[in-house]
Amino acid sequence: MTSHEMIKVEGLSKSFGPLEVLKECSLTVRRGEVVVICGPSGSGKSTLVKCINGIEEFERGQVWIEGEALPSRGRAAARLRARVGMVFQHFELYPHLTVLENICLAPVHVLKRPRTEAAAKARALLARVGLADKEAAYPAQLSGGQQQRIAIVRALAMDPVAMLFDEPTSALDPEMIGEVLAVMLELARDGMTMIVVTHEMGFAKSAADRVVFMDKGAIVEIDETQAFFAAPRSDRARLFLSRILAH
Amino acid sequence: MTYSWNWGVLLQEPYLQWLGWGLALTLAISLSALVIALSVGTAVGVLRSSDHAVLRAVTGAYISVFRNIPLLLQMFLWFFVVPELLPAGAGHWLKRDLPYPEIVTAIVALGLFTSSRIAVQVSAGIDAVPRGQRMAAKAAGLSQLQAYRLVLLPQALRIIIPPLTSEILTIFKNSSVALTIGVYELTTQTQQIQSITYQGFEAFTAATILYVAIAMTVTVIMRAIERRVALPGTTSGGLHVRF
Repeated sequence: MTSHEMIKVEGLSKSFGPLEVLKECSLTVRRGEVVVICGPSGSGKSTLVKCINGIEEFERGQVWIEGEALPSRGRAAARLRARVGMVFQHFELYPHLTVLENICLAPVHVLKRPRTEAAAKARALLARVGLADKEAAYPAQLSGGQQQRIAIVRALAMDPVAMLFDEPTSALDPEMIGEVLAVMLELARDGMTMIVVTHEMGFAKSAADRVVFMDKGAIVEIDETQAFFAAPRSDRARLFLSRILAH
Repeated sequence: MTYSWNWGVLLQEPYLQWLGWGLALTLAISLSALVIALSVGTAVGVLRSSDHAVLRAVTGAYISVFRNIPLLLQMFLWFFVVPELLPAGAGHWLKRDLPYPEIVTAIVALGLFTSSRIAVQVSAGIDAVPRGQRMAAKAAGLSQLQAYRLVLLPQALRIIIPPLTSEILTIFKNSSVALTIGVYELTTQTQQIQSITYQGFEAFTAATILYVAIAMTVTVIMRAIERRVALPGTTSGGLHVRF
């Protein structure tokens, strides 16, 4: 494994009972690369990203983060997981904590940062996404777009080496998708390594280096972004694109 | 009915004092049992919600045993049977040397009985927290213990405040079962007054008023707690308002 490989997934398989949700998935993401995963519903995209930081267990295969193999459980797994940021479809902010407490929770309790230092960093990041005035608010008092931007900040506060996004805009009002994508685009430009599950093909076109297309639990093809949109190799991807770009 | 009312009996010595001691003991037993019930119940409820099959089985058995045996029988078992089952030394200590054995037994029996019911509520509360919360905590690198302490329990406990309130009310009422193993709590003292003075209506009315006063106090306190921990932007402490 070479040093520019940030995330490597090899032969990852997972089943729910008789249903195989991931079949022998392999993928290597370089440092600073933005990879978009797309495909029809139920194709295993979300499950794949959740396996990458080990919040979903898998039966076979291996994941490496910066060359370090992800253990299936225990303290070592938690330590490695903390280095990869994760943004969820439904934000998953902690509803009983204020925005500032949400952002500082893991830095203080996992990284053992002093509270004042964690809070200073949180405030700087909040300012970057234009939400400096919301630090005392509770999640339920914010719009979906604001919540998702704060979820991104919460992940960034851990100084992650890579970020995983699981359909970050799917639960948002159409009007709020833009503000979240803008933050993600800025992150991509800053050189963050990102794996993004999304149906936002516009984002894929402007930010992704490569596109992964999945169907029925398998990775069907991995292409450079331009090549994928110009001429996907598989019929399944062609059909998917024609449907999703037609409307 | 030729009943000669005499409300004044309640204010006479030693009956007023008996009522006072009874009330004090009822409060002491109930509150001590509540401490046991909350701590054991939370611990068992947390383990019950884990995905570890053995832990689920063991906590399930604990809940079945303590929830399905009548409280009265549990009091008798702890008081009369358990000391006989223990090694001789421990049994003797329980029967002879333990100060106020009937009070300690009542607290333990009531505490463990109630803990099984609170455990069910706590684990149901944890199950009611959206699954994504557990994932978010895990993704951030929190340990299991931290995830429960910092993320899951604060939400679960808010959800179960209403059923927990009933449970706390019940613990005060259930403390009267301690009468059967000879604890001089409120109901026992009332019965004593009745059997000595024959003023049963007055004595039991006093006990009724005191129990109702306790219940109302508990309700007011719990409502205040519920209001205090309610989250801004949600209705009645609800946690699932997302958009």
